[in-house]
Amino acid sequence: MTTDAVTPPLLTVEHLTMRFGGLLAIDDLSFEAADRKITALIGPNGAGKTTVFNCITGFYKPTQGRITLHHGDTGAEFLLERMDDFRITQKAKVARTFQNIRLFGGMTVLENLLVAQHNTLMLASRFTIGGIFGIAGYKHAERESIELAKYWLEKVRLTERADDPASDLPYGGQRRLEIARAMCTMPKLLCLDEPAAGLNPRESQELNELLQYIRDQHRIGVLLIEHDMSVVMGISDHIVVLDYGQKISDGTPEEVRRDPNVIRAYLGVDEEEEIPEIEGAAP
Amino acid sequence: MEYFFQQLINGITLGSIYGLIAIGYTMVYGIIGMINFAHGDVFMVGAFIALILFIGLLSIGFTFVPLALLLVLMAAMLLTGVYGWTIERMAYRPLRGSFRLAPLITAIGMSIVLQNYIQIAQGARVKPLQPVITGGYQILEKDGFTVNISNIQIMIVVTTVVLMTVFSLIIAKTPLGRSQRACEQDRKMASLLGVNVDRTISATFVMGAALASVAGLMYVLYYGVIDFFIGFVAGVKAFTAAVLGGIGSLPGAMLGGMVIGMIETFWSAYFTIEYKDVAAFSVLALVLIFLPSGLLGRPEVEKV
Amino acid sequence: MAEAGKAGGLNLAATIKDCLLAGLVALAIFGPTLGLVTIPGPGGLDLVQRWTPVAIAVALVVGGRFLLHVFWWNREPGEGAVAGARAAVTLRLVGLGRYAGPALLAFAVALPFLPFADRYILDLSILVLTYVMLGWGLNIVVGLAGLLDLGYVAFYAVGAYSYALIAQHFGWSFWVCLPLAGLFAAFFGVILGFPVLRLRGDYLAIVTLAFGEIVRVVLLNWYTFTNGPDGISGIPRPSFFGLPFDRLGDVTFHKTFGLEYSSLHRIIFLYFLILILALVTNFVTVRLRRLPVGRAWEALREDEIACRSLGLNTTNTKLTAFAMGAMFAGFAGSFFATRQGFISPESFVFMESALVLAIVVLGGMGSQIGVVIAAVVMIGGFEVFREAEQFRMLIFGLAMVSIMVWRPRGLIAVRTPSVFLKEKKVISADLVQEGHG
Repeated sequence: MTTDAVTPPLLTVEHLTMRFGGLLAIDDLSFEAADRKITALIGPNGAGKTTVFNCITGFYKPTQGRITLHHGDTGAEFLLERMDDFRITQKAKVARTFQNIRLFGGMTVLENLLVAQHNTLMLASRFTIGGIFGIAGYKHAERESIELAKYWLEKVRLTERADDPASDLPYGGQRRLEIARAMCTMPKLLCLDEPAAGLNPRESQELNELLQYIRDQHRIGVLLIEHDMSVVMGISDHIVVLDYGQKISDGTPEEVRRDPNVIRAYLGVDEEEEIPEIEGAAP
Repeated sequence: MEYFFQQLINGITLGSIYGLIAIGYTMVYGIIGMINFAHGDVFMVGAFIALILFIGLLSIGFTFVPLALLLVLMAAMLLTGVYGWTIERMAYRPLRGSFRLAPLITAIGMSIVLQNYIQIAQGARVKPLQPVITGGYQILEKDGFTVNISNIQIMIVVTTVVLMTVFSLIIAKTPLGRSQRACEQDRKMASLLGVNVDRTISATFVMGAALASVAGLMYVLYYGVIDFFIGFVAGVKAFTAAVLGGIGSLPGAMLGGMVIGMIETFWSAYFTIEYKDVAAFSVLALVLIFLPSGLLGRPEVEKV
Repeated sequence: MAEAGKAGGLNLAATIKDCLLAGLVALAIFGPTLGLVTIPGPGGLDLVQRWTPVAIAVALVVGGRFLLHVFWWNREPGEGAVAGARAAVTLRLVGLGRYAGPALLAFAVALPFLPFADRYILDLSILVLTYVMLGWGLNIVVGLAGLLDLGYVAFYAVGAYSYALIAQHFGWSFWVCLPLAGLFAAFFGVILGFPVLRLRGDYLAIVTLAFGEIVRVVLLNWYTFTNGPDGISGIPRPSFFGLPFDRLGDVTFHKTFGLEYSSLHRIIFLYFLILILALVTNFVTVRLRRLPVGRAWEALREDEIACRSLGLNTTNTKLTAFAMGAMFAGFAGSFFATRQGFISPESFVFMESALVLAIVVLGGMGSQIGVVIAAVVMIGGFEVFREAEQFRMLIFGLAMVSIMVWRPRGLIAVRTPSVFLKEKKVISADLVQEGHG
């Protein structure tokens, strides 16, 4: 896959700064995330990674900076730092998952996936009026949305649990459901906040496969925050490293693995002999 | 101008009474996140107890008013505190930690119980009290209009200031206060560290009820008449005051009380008396729309 | 508090100490307020001592607590059976729910024709149905969307007053005025909702409460518009699609249908009217639950931030819930106005909001049939105790407290999913969020 040098990247973050009162959480951060690539955002705890996410997805308003989302197919551009959180999902097609899973626990797995398709269904039901009278257009749209839900249930292997309440799922299942739910919004950029947290090695491997499938078959960009190096090194096309709110490295996994700045940030030492720590996680 | 000063004095006095009740609301909300709907009626019960005890003392020939009032104050605080304790044990503790709406409904139920209990026990008529504390001082006089501050007004404000100081010290310095603040922050962690959460919460209710009873006594002395329904109106206003000042904040409750007292007094004085409650509620709505955490409240940021 | 000295046994010393303590507490509570009665006297108030009721009350408390210790708190193992039994009862109730709905409906339709259905029963049923409708309306706001509304009576009042004023000034028929009043109430709901729906749960509660009071006070004092405390009277009584229910006149209901005049005719008509209105409320709610908007309400109740992350405009979601609830309250208010023929601000006090909220919570949030059961129990129960007069409200309050302590999630503590792939499984209420506004 060659990247067209003329087409802007999917996500461009320019000079992003986030200040909370006196605390500078993100300091002049700039990076790009390409379409149809998996970009990982890593760094020690407290580096500001989730804050970056919250700025991109509209839950925080950045103090400074510009965040541009570019749709390759339509050419549409969105300035995310100015948009409301829900509009970012609705119009700019950015979806996210959360560090602490946020499912609709009292609703079934299937219902969770249908809520994600709310906007499509609302239009089809003519803002409910048509829906009340059972117009054919809505019934068709509902069937289709259930089909989409079934597709993703199958991909995350939750079909058997479709009618169970979401909070009944085991932890790994809940994580997978959150990803499936995000995909049901038909995003162009999928932002995942520590999707591998709490997963055992087998589940992490399955997550890798899922994310690669999403990248290749659905042709969207994936941005993920992660600590699990088997995931990061395993599937990322591009890694951005943060420390104390600043970017300290930016490049391919090989480049980042060898970058002394990264080693120092993670391990606090300059010794070259610590490199094998990170190298050992290579696929 | 003189009229303004008089209303100012009246407003501060009324605000003190509201503030004392509001503290009870805010302390309970701060520690268990619950709107104690019955608190206004606890204030009403406190007023009745104070009235009954006072008349009782008078009827057995105890006529030395200052000492009588002091005795009544302490006894009323104690007895009303028992009410607060009992209500918490019966209606709120069994529901703690679960559903948040359920304690609200039991609180409303408790409010009904208290109102009707007093109505049955004491009769539905209003209960008057002849003026006990009379006299006052003339502060200034101009163009035939005098600004007075009555002794009862002085007493109310002084009592309020003293109690505020005492309770603030308790919260800040004593182990109980520390336990309360710990429970406010993180109840589970506090209990893991050895804080007796049940007892702390009970103490909070007792303190709130005691303060409400002081407000009740002040109310009886100031207005000279009470009935079983004063709890609802005063309760809603005091809760409004607590929210206005930023719920969970003790100084906020007093500040909110002052604001509500002022609004009510000034509105009745300069506009119409019928809509004074509307004015107070409207101010609440406006403040919350622009300052969702109230005046002194800390905005709660939900971690995403 | 309850101590077992030995496993399953009774520690007598601790029990006695506990009961004595309870007695002291009871003395403090009942002593001054029950034992010393203030009665009007020459110089103000006199005190009358009345210690018998106090003694009885204290004895009841001590005795009751002792019995609790003996029989309840120190039960033999096997207490787990109670929890199991409770769960089994819930599931069986849900199983019955499939039949209970249609059965209740059949009963409701047949009621006016049953032998015992006299004027009193019909009036009571109309009252119950009115509260059922209000409960179903508030259920949308509180039960489905999880927004804590303590001022629902405001929309009820707006509906009643706008119906009364429109009917009086324009003389249009019930079927025209009712939708107008409902729309007006819905509009009111949007106006109120817009600035306040961003507030967090408890703040929303107090603001809606304040708003309810504002509406009442305005109605009480805006004499020129609403007639103040005198209220609005002479509201047109309902007619059977143009045929009045009068005894005299050329074209009347009973004449047209060849019946003997009976004052019951109008009552029965009113009964079916409120039944239909309530059923419409129910139908719309059930339908909406299956549509995206209803699902959005429930998702909002579960987690608002997650909703926003999925592209839902939660402000609109909240507004629609508020407006729908307000509209149905408006319809109910219109019915109330035409049934009574007279309305005044006294009917729209906070207690009404509290009562409807209690019905919704007691029924089990989001459950349609739960609301029916709760309304029947509370309103019907209230009526049953009519003899007790003064004590009625006291018992009512105690009942509210007891029932909530016994079943905090309400009577029907399960949620039925609105869509299923293979099998409809009910979800226990423990898993369902209650909403934070």
